[in-house]
Amino acid sequence: MDVTLFLLQTLNGIQHGLLLFLVASGLTIIFGIMGVINLAHGSFYMIGAYLALSLTQWTGSLFGAVLLGIPIAILLGLAIERLFIVHLYDRDHLQQVLLTFGLILIFNELQSIVWGDDPHSVPKPAMLAGSVPVTETLSYSTYRLFLSVVCLVVAGCLYLVIHRTRLGMRMRAGAYNAEMVRSLGIDTRRLFAVVFAIGVSLTALAGIIAAPDRSLYPGIGEQVLIISFVVVVIGGIGSVKGAFVGAILIGLADVYGQAYLHDFRGFASAAVYALMAAVLLWRPTGLFGRR
Amino acid sequence: MVTIPNRRVAVALALVFAALAVVPLVGETYALKVATRMIVFAIFAMSLDLLLGYTGLVSFGHAAFFGLSAYSLQLVSPESEAANLITALPQCLGVTAAAAALIGMLVVRTAGIYFIMSTLALAQMFFFFFHDSPIAGGSDGAYIWYKPVLTIGATALLDLDGRETLYYFALACLVLCYGFLVVVLRSPFGEVIQGIRVNEHRMRALGYDTRRFKLVSFVLSALMAGLAGFLFACIDGFVAPQLLGWRESGIGLVMVILGGMGTLYGSIIGAFAFIGMEEIVRDRQFTGVMAEHWQILMGVFVIVVVLFLKNGLAGLFAEPPIRRPATKEEP
Amino acid sequence: MAVPYHRTTITRRQTLRLAAAGALGSVLPTRIAFGQTAKVRIGILLPYSGTYARLGNAITNAMELKFAELGGKLGGRDIELIKVDSEAAPPKATELTTKLINQEKVDILVGPVHSGVAMAMAKIAREEGTLTIVPNAGADQITGPLCAPNLFRTSFTNWQPGHPMGKVLLDEGKKNVVTCFWNYGAGQQSAEGFKDGFVPHGGTIVKEIGVPFPQVEFQAALTEIAALKPDAVYTFFAGGGAVKFVKDWHAAGLSGIELVGAGFLTEGVTEAQGEAAEGLRTTLHYADALDNPANLKFREAYLAKFGKEADVYAVQGYDAAELIHVGLEAVQGDTSAKADIIKAMEGAEFDSPRGPFKLSKAHNPVQNIYLRRVEKGVNTVIATAYEGLSDPAKGCKLL
Repeated sequence: MDVTLFLLQTLNGIQHGLLLFLVASGLTIIFGIMGVINLAHGSFYMIGAYLALSLTQWTGSLFGAVLLGIPIAILLGLAIERLFIVHLYDRDHLQQVLLTFGLILIFNELQSIVWGDDPHSVPKPAMLAGSVPVTETLSYSTYRLFLSVVCLVVAGCLYLVIHRTRLGMRMRAGAYNAEMVRSLGIDTRRLFAVVFAIGVSLTALAGIIAAPDRSLYPGIGEQVLIISFVVVVIGGIGSVKGAFVGAILIGLADVYGQAYLHDFRGFASAAVYALMAAVLLWRPTGLFGRR
Repeated sequence: MVTIPNRRVAVALALVFAALAVVPLVGETYALKVATRMIVFAIFAMSLDLLLGYTGLVSFGHAAFFGLSAYSLQLVSPESEAANLITALPQCLGVTAAAAALIGMLVVRTAGIYFIMSTLALAQMFFFFFHDSPIAGGSDGAYIWYKPVLTIGATALLDLDGRETLYYFALACLVLCYGFLVVVLRSPFGEVIQGIRVNEHRMRALGYDTRRFKLVSFVLSALMAGLAGFLFACIDGFVAPQLLGWRESGIGLVMVILGGMGTLYGSIIGAFAFIGMEEIVRDRQFTGVMAEHWQILMGVFVIVVVLFLKNGLAGLFAEPPIRRPATKEEP
Repeated sequence: MAVPYHRTTITRRQTLRLAAAGALGSVLPTRIAFGQTAKVRIGILLPYSGTYARLGNAITNAMELKFAELGGKLGGRDIELIKVDSEAAPPKATELTTKLINQEKVDILVGPVHSGVAMAMAKIAREEGTLTIVPNAGADQITGPLCAPNLFRTSFTNWQPGHPMGKVLLDEGKKNVVTCFWNYGAGQQSAEGFKDGFVPHGGTIVKEIGVPFPQVEFQAALTEIAALKPDAVYTFFAGGGAVKFVKDWHAAGLSGIELVGAGFLTEGVTEAQGEAAEGLRTTLHYADALDNPANLKFREAYLAKFGKEADVYAVQGYDAAELIHVGLEAVQGDTSAKADIIKAMEGAEFDSPRGPFKLSKAHNPVQNIYLRRVEKGVNTVIATAYEGLSDPAKGCKLL
């Protein structure tokens, strides 16, 4: 086995994993802390990506799209929480599956009505449009490297917010025992609304900044949906650290699967799921989940 | 104590089945196919309800068994003649049961959301196996050229190629499955799995090997899903990898929750309502120009049911709660 | 938290409601059956939602354009189009096909885009004997082992577009090639088609890299390609995946390795690919810039009517409508004369926007495959890579 090639593929896997973490981070928050199984997670990613398309056209820069897109996403998150999710807190979690499944159908169709069905792409900021040579034949896209840095920054911020702030403390407490938190006089309804909005805006942020690296077409939301759940579950629900490690592992499994298993049709695609099954058998509550 | 139908539900169900029995007399080919599909999915949803509503296990990979059985029929069917139902059905169900036992042994170790995700993961592996590998046509899917015939000795008793035959056969399967589940749930075994749903720790403390009970329930449920998949493959004789995909599993969940889980008949209502509603919203006659955006209507329908029908559609038929003097909640 | 047992008892009134719901459910799909009207009923099963919606709309538009050009009549009869969204979901496609044939009583069936859906549709169409025209899905089987007298295709087999690329590369001395494709039916068959035209003439496939479908994370494949340093890479990607692949390829540098592919790589997506697509060479049975009168007229009319540039999918829809026209003209609109319609369609020869159009005995187009290059976002024609290429149609009994 070629060592350089292996190292490069490892690097690819880590890059892929970092992006997966960003995409899944919103889900970690909503899923881990509120226990809401949000199937519409992919839709929020999709909305972010298409917001990037419209807003970069309008403001002329990706930076503008982020600045405008995040508040829009927060409002969307608050609205959806208030309109739909809030009615389901004291009901079976599966009702949330049903409701968010309904939301997927609606968002998909709205996407098609508002933005059409043609594939689009969002231009990279001029500063980051180039490539950095790695070997004599291969270069890395500067934007992709930038994306990795952003993912690391987001991961760091999330960790700090959850472990070092009062909001984070409440979030962790709410995840552990919502009733107890309520009896301590903390308004869990409001806490959950905030958490949901943060989750949605994180997911939308992932969509916005991933957009220039990806392409936009109907159905992109569903592409990230399942893999995001896989990431969160491998890491252990409610653990940002776990999601981070899970994302990197998944990124590596996916890339190694593609690089070394493509002679075995069917196994390359299944690599990430095999990894997940293996992890859950070894540790039935994920790598960093509470026992 | 156990949600077993009383005489009234039994009468209602008998009426429903009677109504279903006359469909072939009034419906044409398409209506018959839709009705067959409804019945097949009712069996599928009911099998899922055994896990969801009675054992407390939420499987997000149940379509794997549905699809695996359908593919098994494709693989055991010879190309130039019909397979014999007597051998083909046990073969397909055997493959499904074997797969379910294997998967079950792995997944019953996990609980809650981890159970959901590990079933999903293992099901996706099956999906990719059929999607990417050249077996049975890969991503394009494959045909079952001749539908199974029930042959004993030299006489063909039942040819599932006949649409009405298949319909009645499926209907009979639905009735049998329903009856079977009622019996199972009333049996000591049924009591135990329902106990597990409510409080697994307690059941374990009582000395039950809960994992084993969950495994048996899982395999039973998969077998029934396999029967549904087998019947589905007989409707049009076409199998495609999407049959095993997460979307199909998700739709199964939606049907059960829509109908109201933990009631069995709710799953039947859920399957009928979901497919029936889709027929309606896609039809220009009913929804006019909105038919083009039928997915929005479908989404709204699903959301309305969640928000306003707390216990799914079956909740419509449930009795209003009897007001009793306030007593302490059971621990 | 105590989880209560579900207790369900049912009152008599509720019993009735339950029964009524059941009865309603069972009759819902039944509708008033239409009699044979004076209009020719054409059932269209195409994706109008999801990833392939763009293709479905392009095909439908072009069909409507053709019918409008014909004065809205086929063999003297008015036309009615019955459109059904296929959602690109094969398991449901058999039922939707049945709906069009048995409930809507269409005379002719057109669709679909997706190969899996095509398989489903062909199954029912073969059983019912309904005249069916496939305006896109390229699954080789449809006009191979599954071919049938009533099944026609106006698009391509997956084998066709890439086949001539092998010779193009060999003529330039590019002998070592990696194939890289989405690992599903269309991708696998396209790579096979390329191989058939490449290996027998002395080319070597260094490696076949199948990327899980529909994943768009291509970095692993690109890294491997960079390490293998082949002369060229033959690819099959389409739509959003093609946009991403071409952009990633561009960013990856990969100097000295040429990216070529089946034309879908740059079809209808060059605007989104931007600069990254410039100079890419692909082979396909059509090019926007084809300089023949039929194409010029078609593109102008399409742009005027729909405000959009036409693409290969539109052309395939346009020709599907023309093929129907030829068939029904021959029988003066008598849709019951199926054998005569089939005969007329088999013998159809006309000037399509893609060049001369005729069908093989397996009912798949015998067509020119063009070598194209992207210049300023347009697929220009460099040469005709293969004149009148016919699919081998292995296993077809009509041959």
